[in-house]
Amino acid sequence: MTSLSTDAPVTRASKKIDTPTLRPRQSFWARENIAKIMFVVPAGLYMALFFGYPVIKNLVMSLQDYTTKTFFTGEAPWVGLQNYATVISSNLFAPALLNTALFTIISIVGQFAIGLALACFFNRNFPLSRFLRAMLLLPWLLPLIVASATWRSILDQDSGILNQFLGTFGIPAIPWLTSPDVALIAVILVNIWVGIPFNVTLLYGGLQDIPSELYEAGQLDGATGWKAFRHITWPNLRPVVSVVLILGVVYTIKVLDIILGLTNGGPANATQTIAVRSYQESFVNFEFGVGAAFSNILIVISLVFAVIYLRANRRAVDE
Amino acid sequence: MKTPTKTRLTKILALAAVAPFVLTACGGGGGSSSGDATSLTLMDYYNNDPDKGLIQTAIDKCAADIGVTITREVVPGKDLIQKVLQKSSSKTLPDILMLDNPDVQEIASTGGLAPLSDFNVDTSGFAQGMLDAGTYEGEVYGLAPTANTLGLFYNKKLLSDAGLTPPTTWDELKTTAAALTKGDQYGLAFSAIATYEGAWQFLPFMWTNGGSETTLDSPENKEALQLWKDLVSSGSVSKGAINWGQGDVKDQFMAGKAAMMINGPWQIPALNDDSALEWGSVQVPINKTGQTPTAPLGGEVWTIPQTGNKDKQAKAAEFISCFTSDDNQVNLGSERYTVPTKPELAKAYVEKMPDMESFTEQIANARSRTGNLGAEWPKAATEIYTAIQLALTDKATVDEAFAQAAKG
Repeated sequence: MTSLSTDAPVTRASKKIDTPTLRPRQSFWARENIAKIMFVVPAGLYMALFFGYPVIKNLVMSLQDYTTKTFFTGEAPWVGLQNYATVISSNLFAPALLNTALFTIISIVGQFAIGLALACFFNRNFPLSRFLRAMLLLPWLLPLIVASATWRSILDQDSGILNQFLGTFGIPAIPWLTSPDVALIAVILVNIWVGIPFNVTLLYGGLQDIPSELYEAGQLDGATGWKAFRHITWPNLRPVVSVVLILGVVYTIKVLDIILGLTNGGPANATQTIAVRSYQESFVNFEFGVGAAFSNILIVISLVFAVIYLRANRRAVDE
Repeated sequence: MKTPTKTRLTKILALAAVAPFVLTACGGGGGSSSGDATSLTLMDYYNNDPDKGLIQTAIDKCAADIGVTITREVVPGKDLIQKVLQKSSSKTLPDILMLDNPDVQEIASTGGLAPLSDFNVDTSGFAQGMLDAGTYEGEVYGLAPTANTLGLFYNKKLLSDAGLTPPTTWDELKTTAAALTKGDQYGLAFSAIATYEGAWQFLPFMWTNGGSETTLDSPENKEALQLWKDLVSSGSVSKGAINWGQGDVKDQFMAGKAAMMINGPWQIPALNDDSALEWGSVQVPINKTGQTPTAPLGGEVWTIPQTGNKDKQAKAAEFISCFTSDDNQVNLGSERYTVPTKPELAKAYVEKMPDMESFTEQIANARSRTGNLGAEWPKAATEIYTAIQLALTDKATVDEAFAQAAKG
């Protein structure tokens, strides 16, 4: 305590007198600098341990013949780009890539459109709106494995409640999860349901931040209803929208549990995505190298969107 | 005075934040390697009662017999292999390890298991199919006290109401199933799901017809696939079968929505819970006269991992001998509706458990999934369930399905 309490005066004094003997106090290793570094170290270590290490390990793994044997012997022979060649030449790669794109794009569009509509709706504060908004979060709180098991029984072709409901309107039973032509749509619908709370929450927050004066001023100029949305809401919401969309893409592109729970990639591989391929190669076929190659491809795609997000963010700040 | 105190505080905070990382880095690692062989560790996946408790009783009994204490770790079935891989890389494998039989060769091929002959475990008298499952490159690595398989369950009431008897041939299966299909009731249910479960359910038909997993694109296998295709497209089996696991199949059967089902004896406790349900079971039907109903062999085998502690391994070997002894086979078999793996016990077992007669017969000819292909079995299984899915969803003809599935 004593040494520290004298700290500040000495530093200040040294500036005036500029005596070289006192200068070490100001060097890079000065106490304050060390303290600053110490603050960065936990975050840095955390990043290195939980982001850096897995990513690099995954990269290395994708260049190795990494199988169950590796766990016992520790030997994983280098195979160069062999795993990537296996991935790209596999018959399932192109359909899986297409499914990933369809799954991501349609999910995002659906989640966002419904999310924005609900957010605007709840922005009008009516009786019970808070309660309803809280209820809306339910899909988010439900463990995905429970949600997908429930949806599986809802979507069952013969006894599922959805088909029974549609049946009362005379609509014939739809083979939601058993026809390769419909299964992807069914999986996307469930994923949209899962993603709505996230979209509503963020967009609602964005809407709340728009000052009501803008609307009042707009009203005087005749901007109401759709016009108010087009010229006031949308421009003010844009920064939030870009965050919601980009995060949505990054979350959606890697969705695994919903697909595994609903169809496990079937029927007839109709719901295979890159994430499912990666999981199945690694944890069903125990071809960890090939699985790592699949997931690296996924990481690169996510990374592209992350860069777009960062750039968009910076542009928003510049503006 | 104010500023320096703050600096100090921040430094302490910063240090405190770093400390856990440093401490965790020091901790961990270093497994126990004591030579003391009076306590053993054991890992299995019976995480639900009644199995969990029944296995525990059997473990306790054998532990007392050989004079050791056994610490048991139970993990969920789907996590077992990942757990085993983790433990083998950290050199903390248990002294006794239970594995699902198709996984034994995969794990044995890593060098992680000790051959039972190293510890003079007597492997005579066991059914050949079960030994095949536990054998890798000529050495037996694991033994099972009991086994299960697949058979045809039927709803006695629905069949007798329709004046029908359980089918014994594929033709009879088709006509019986068609006759039992009415309203929201299907004639038959099986699991054609896109997992190993789907492949496992298809094997009785494939193998009974003389097909093999070594050449999948064969006329025999196509005939079997055609049977499934016919059953589904005629409406005798729900199209939902393509997404049903075996538990779903059992639910359909119990709800009266399927008059017959392909399933295994592990479902019997659930079936017996419903006192209104009268069920019977027969062996899987055959295609042509002269064929033997051949179903896959299921069940868990008990192995000795390479832990490096010879004394403990020797005790583990004693445990496995005790656990797979005649008495324990009949006890566990009666309690868990599984069949003893020593054929000579079959007669006494069926006298005790008349419900299990067809399954006991089925076990006598049952084959292990990994007997021919070993660690390559998962690849074949993937091709089988993919071919089934392609054919049943009209994405490929029965003729092309196996070839298309083989392309991956």
